[in-house]
Amino acid sequence: MSILIDRNTKVIVQGLTGKTGSFHTEQALAYHGTQMVAGTHPKKGGTNWAGSNGESLPIYASVAEAKEATGATASVIYVPPAGAAAAIEEAIDAGIDLITCITEGVPVLDMVRVKEKLDHSPSRLVGPNCPGLMTPDECKIGIMPGSIFRKGSVGVLSRSGTLTYEAVYQTSVAGLGQTTAVGIGGDPVKGTEFIDMLELFLADDETKSIIMIGEIGGSAEEDAAQFLTDEAKRGRKKPVVGFIAGRTAPAGRTMGHAGAVISGGKGGAEDKIEAMKAAGIRVAPSPAKLGETLVELLAE
Amino acid sequence: MNIHEYQAKQVLAGFGAPIAQGVAITSADQAADAIAALPGPVWVVKSQIHAGGRGKGTFRELGPEAKGGVRVSFSAREALDNVHDMLGKTLITKQTGPAGKQVNRLYIEDGAAIDRELYLSILVDRETGKTSFVASTEGGMDIEAVAEQTPDKIHTISITASEGVTEADADRIADALELSGDTRTQGRTLFTALYDAFTTKDMSLLEINPLIVTESGDIQVLDAKISFDGNALFRHPDIMELRDETEEDAKEIEASRHDLAYIALDGEIGCMVNGAGLAMATMDIIKLYGAAPANFLDVGGGATTEKVTAAFKIITSDPNVKGILVNIFGGIMRCDVIAKGVVQAVKDVGLTVPLVVRLEGTKVAEGKAIINDSGLNVIAADDLDDAAQKIVKAVKG
Repeated sequence: MSILIDRNTKVIVQGLTGKTGSFHTEQALAYHGTQMVAGTHPKKGGTNWAGSNGESLPIYASVAEAKEATGATASVIYVPPAGAAAAIEEAIDAGIDLITCITEGVPVLDMVRVKEKLDHSPSRLVGPNCPGLMTPDECKIGIMPGSIFRKGSVGVLSRSGTLTYEAVYQTSVAGLGQTTAVGIGGDPVKGTEFIDMLELFLADDETKSIIMIGEIGGSAEEDAAQFLTDEAKRGRKKPVVGFIAGRTAPAGRTMGHAGAVISGGKGGAEDKIEAMKAAGIRVAPSPAKLGETLVELLAE
Repeated sequence: MNIHEYQAKQVLAGFGAPIAQGVAITSADQAADAIAALPGPVWVVKSQIHAGGRGKGTFRELGPEAKGGVRVSFSAREALDNVHDMLGKTLITKQTGPAGKQVNRLYIEDGAAIDRELYLSILVDRETGKTSFVASTEGGMDIEAVAEQTPDKIHTISITASEGVTEADADRIADALELSGDTRTQGRTLFTALYDAFTTKDMSLLEINPLIVTESGDIQVLDAKISFDGNALFRHPDIMELRDETEEDAKEIEASRHDLAYIALDGEIGCMVNGAGLAMATMDIIKLYGAAPANFLDVGGGATTEKVTAAFKIITSDPNVKGILVNIFGGIMRCDVIAKGVVQAVKDVGLTVPLVVRLEGTKVAEGKAIINDSGLNVIAADDLDDAAQKIVKAVKG
C-alpha cells in the first residue's frame, strides 16, 4: 500500500506546454509508466503535446474537460507564479481530488484566497512550492528524482525538497525503502500540513515507520508533535524520526523558503526539536544521519 | 521587501489613513525649508533606517549621553540642531545588530499632542491561513514584550478573504482598542482603509505602533512599518520604486540580480547548496562540527552554469570566507551543470581557499568527472557528513 497515489492514479498536467512542465512530464512517463493522461491550456485545446522522446498527450482547454475525457483524479501544476492560484482554483472547481502545485513564488495573499475555497471543497492540495509526491515503482507526481527511490516501508514527509531527497536516499541505502514520499512545501500558507499526512501514514499498514523533516518558521512541527502524542494515547503509534533545518538561521531573515523565518520570537528550531522529543520522536543530530537514526530506532 | 517609515505613511495616506504632515530629507541643506514648511510648535526628527527600536537606539559617533534616533524638538533651532547631529551617523538599535546602520535620511514631522497610544497590525496568520488584525491598547511598546507579560491585552481578529472587514470585525477591533464616540467612527473607517492597503499592495506585514488618539480625540498613524511580499512585487512596479538598496547588503543585492537566495552571515565557511532546506541543514552541520557558515545560499532548482558562476563569485568576494563547501543533491538540478559552473568560476576568479564538493543525484557521475578532469585542487566528499567534516578540518586544521 501507499498513500494518496499508486499505479492507478491518472494525472492531468496544468502547464504541460511550458519547458518545466514538459521536462517533468517526460520524466514521469518514463518512471514506471506513471499515468500522465492529459495536459491543459486555455488556447491550445484540441491539439497534442509531443515529448522529446516521441511521447504524446492530448491537450484540453480546461481541467473540467480533461477530467471528463480521461477520468483523471489528480492534477499537477507547473504554471508560473502569477497564474498558479487561478490554476488551483480551476482544479478545485473541476472537482479534482488531489491537486499538487509545484510552482515556487506564489503570492501569499493569493494562497489565502485559495485556502478559503479549499476549505469549502472536497479537494486536497499539496504545495505550493513543493517537490510533489512519489510512490516508488508506481507513480511520480512532481520533480523528485526517481533513481534514489526504493519500494519499502518508510513514509517520508518534509517541508523541504532536497531534504526529502536526503531522507529518501538514506533510507534506500539503508535497505528500508519508502511507501510514499510527500513534500508539503515551504510556503507559509499551503494546502497540506504535516498532520494531514501523518494521519494517512498512521493508517497505512505498509508504512512501518516515518521520517518527518521540518524547518524554522510557524508551528506546524509543534502541532504535528501534539497530534502524534494524542494518537499514541489512543494506541496508534509508529516509530518516527525527525529533523529540523535552521538551527543556525538568524531571526528575522527569510531563509529561501517564504515560510522559513523566525519572527516575533516564534518558529525557532530549538522549540520544535523539544516538542518533537517530548512526543517521542527521535530527532536526528544531523541531516546526514536520518537513515542511520531510523535504523537504530527500529533495532531497539 | 521593507520600506522606510515616511514611505509607508505615504502609501497609507493614499488609502485615506490619517497621518501627520512631514517632509523627508537626505541632506542638511534641505532641513531649514522642511522645518519651515511645518506649522510647529513641535517638530519630531526621525531617523529613517530599516530597523525598529530607533527611539531607544544610540549613535556610535556620539557620546553615551546623546539622545536616540527619534527626537522631539520644541523649536525650529532645536530641530535643525537635531538634523545636524543625526544625519550621516551610525544608529545602533536592538534590531540593527552591533554594526548599526548609517542614517542617510531623516523624516521631519509635525508633533502631535498624544492622549493614548495603541497598537494595530495586519499580517497573514499562517496557522489559520487567514489575514488577521492584531490589536492592543498597549501601544508604543515592544509588542513582543506585551505578548509575553500580558497576553490578555492582545486581541487577534481573523478576516475572511471573500468578505473583507465586516461590521462585526470592525466592532471587535474597535472594542479591543477601547474606542468610543467619534474616535470609534474614525477607527472603523481606518480599519477598512488599512485592510484595503494591505490586500491591494500585497503586504506581508503592516504594523502601526503606535496608533494614537490625539488630545482632540482624533485617530492618527504615528509610526508605520510595512513589509511587502517579495513574491508579489511583479504586480506592483510602484512599490518596487520605493526600494532603498543602501539599506541592503551589497552581496545580497548582487545575488538577487541573479535570482539567487543569499543571506550574508558572519562565519568563515562559504556554502553553495541547492534547496532552501538543504542549505539551512548544511549551515547547521557546519556548526555541529565546530565552525560557522559565512552565508546561506540556495542556487535554486533551475540554475545554469552562469548562475552557479555568479554564486561562486559572490561567496569568494566575502573576505571572511576561509573555505567553501558546495553541497548539491540533484533533482531538477543536474550535477554536471553545477560542476561546470564551479570549474568556470574558479578559472575566472581563482581559488585561494580550500574547496570541498559533494555531489549526489541526477548526473552525478558526469559531474564528478568534470571536477576530476579539471585539474583543480578540489576535495571530493562522499556524503554530507563527510563533506562537512572535510571542510571544517581544512579550515580549522
